[in-house]
Amino acid sequence: PPAHSRSDWIGPPDKHSNLRPVIFHVPPEESPLERRLREARQEAQASNQQFWARHNRAFRQEKEEFIYSRLKAKGLEMRDETGQKATLNAEEMADFYKDFLSKNFRKHMQYNRDWYKRNFTITFLMGQVALARALRWLRWKKKNVE
Amino acid sequence: MSAARRCRPPRALAGLFVWHLKGAGTRHIPCQFVHLCRVANDRLITFQYFNFLKRMYVTQYNKDLSQRAKPKSDLVVSPFHEPQQLDQEKKVIHKISPISSVHQPWPETSRRNELREVKSAAETEASATSVRAEPKEDRQWKEMKLRLDELPGIFARLSKIKLTALVVSTASAGFAMAPVPFDLTCFLLASLGTGLASCAANSINQFFEVPFDSNMNRTKNRPLVRGQISPLLAVCFAASCGVPGIALLTLGVNPLTGALGAFNIFLYTCCYTPMKRMSIANTWVGAVVGAIPPVMGWTAATGSLDAGALLLGGILYSWQFPHFNALSWGLREDYSRGGYCMMSVTHPGLCRRVALRHCLALIGLSALAPALDITTWTFPVVSLPINLYISYLGFRFYRDADRSSSRKLFFCSLWHLPMLLLVMFTCKKSVLEKEDKTELLGESHGRAVGIGLP
Repeated sequence: PPAHSRSDWIGPPDKHSNLRPVIFHVPPEESPLERRLREARQEAQASNQQFWARHNRAFRQEKEEFIYSRLKAKGLEMRDETGQKATLNAEEMADFYKDFLSKNFRKHMQYNRDWYKRNFTITFLMGQVALARALRWLRWKKKNVE
Repeated sequence: MSAARRCRPPRALAGLFVWHLKGAGTRHIPCQFVHLCRVANDRLITFQYFNFLKRMYVTQYNKDLSQRAKPKSDLVVSPFHEPQQLDQEKKVIHKISPISSVHQPWPETSRRNELREVKSAAETEASATSVRAEPKEDRQWKEMKLRLDELPGIFARLSKIKLTALVVSTASAGFAMAPVPFDLTCFLLASLGTGLASCAANSINQFFEVPFDSNMNRTKNRPLVRGQISPLLAVCFAASCGVPGIALLTLGVNPLTGALGAFNIFLYTCCYTPMKRMSIANTWVGAVVGAIPPVMGWTAATGSLDAGALLLGGILYSWQFPHFNALSWGLREDYSRGGYCMMSVTHPGLCRRVALRHCLALIGLSALAPALDITTWTFPVVSLPINLYISYLGFRFYRDADRSSSRKLFFCSLWHLPMLLLVMFTCKKSVLEKEDKTELLGESHGRAVGIGLP
């Protein structure tokens, strides 16, 4: 993002976590409230990024392992004659999906709780910041009018 | 001159190579896509006034489905998977070099042109894959500033406007089926209130689910995921839709409808949305959420919760299961990775059984309608073919449990519901008939009393 920009910038989805990274703009006259908001958002972003990157990587890896073990059980190779990766159809993958979901259930419960808490905090802070800014603007207007 | 002559054919050949590659790569997609379009087109003839809504919903789903329907070993590249694309480009290069080596007549120029071919092929391949404008934009960093001209589109996507339109049409079907004279203002107020409530509920749902939506193919282009608006604005929008919507229903229609609307918003946002990640029972809660709008329409018209309202609600409740279970069958990978507890992932047998059970229940409920004096007896008779058809597809889904049967069932459910509601409306027992009947009964009762008394 350009240096003179006064707003946050959001980028393309991350390769591992599929989340879009945000670069936060730090205004020079940032109030403590605004700083709290920015830090909360940064922390949430970092934590989300870490969780999903790890989770998706684990998914991909376990999926590969599953496919490999199943193919071996069937007596096939990982790549067929044309050099393309051999895959299992949806019905065979269903066992893996069910397994993966139940294995990660508690991890997801924990993450859900954290995410909801963070989401509410951030939104509430945004509300406070917006209110503070509105009051500041009204005060400035009143001063200018006088 | 001769050099020019020699240069032109290779370029034409490059064009041919690219066309051949594109054709080879996209061969899988057009077949499925055309099939889907054909299915959608067949259904267009039978669509009635829910017409354009369904078509939009279907074609949008077609787009999503064709995005997902590609088999794993497909040559078409999704722009979001860079490693796959590199693979794809390598394949492209491999394909070009054997072909160009065959054509020896242009030795020196062929080497230069080979490079050009590779580059142009890679370029056109890359641009062919980013056929939709979105992926190109998506790769860039965007300023997170609110643009007022984009706002209507953003709000439309935030409130899932097409789904909202569907919900409003089921509510108006409930209103239309109520055995009271038609009141236009009441109808419009009820529809508007229901629409606003639905917008609010959908916005809150998206507000809660940002990181999960970004990880699923179907939902990754939602406004909050793309950072087009802030969560605060989404909540404000939801509040500014929900509060007037419920107020409109409570004050402009009647308190019962308002209460049902508020309850539905609560059920959807605070029960269904969190439950999606906790237990498979979310599907049943979601079915209730879908069943409430027609009940709201009915109570808006009559002001009371009669058997007819519950029957309509029951029909929509039963409909949700074949609809959603068939849909979720194709999304198992995304659900599993995203941590959503859905029957299709954890209890696939139950998923199919429930879908079939509720298809059959639809037949039973349609037969119940005349018994409750809502429609004439022609309704179960006329609706039997479509109910039997969806039950048949439900049975096929139950038995085959594969992608094609689930898709057939899903698309059938999309036209089955509007048809059923329309047939119900045309078979509606006219209010005048009922008044005549009660008059006659009143008369005969009076006569009987007269005879009884000395």
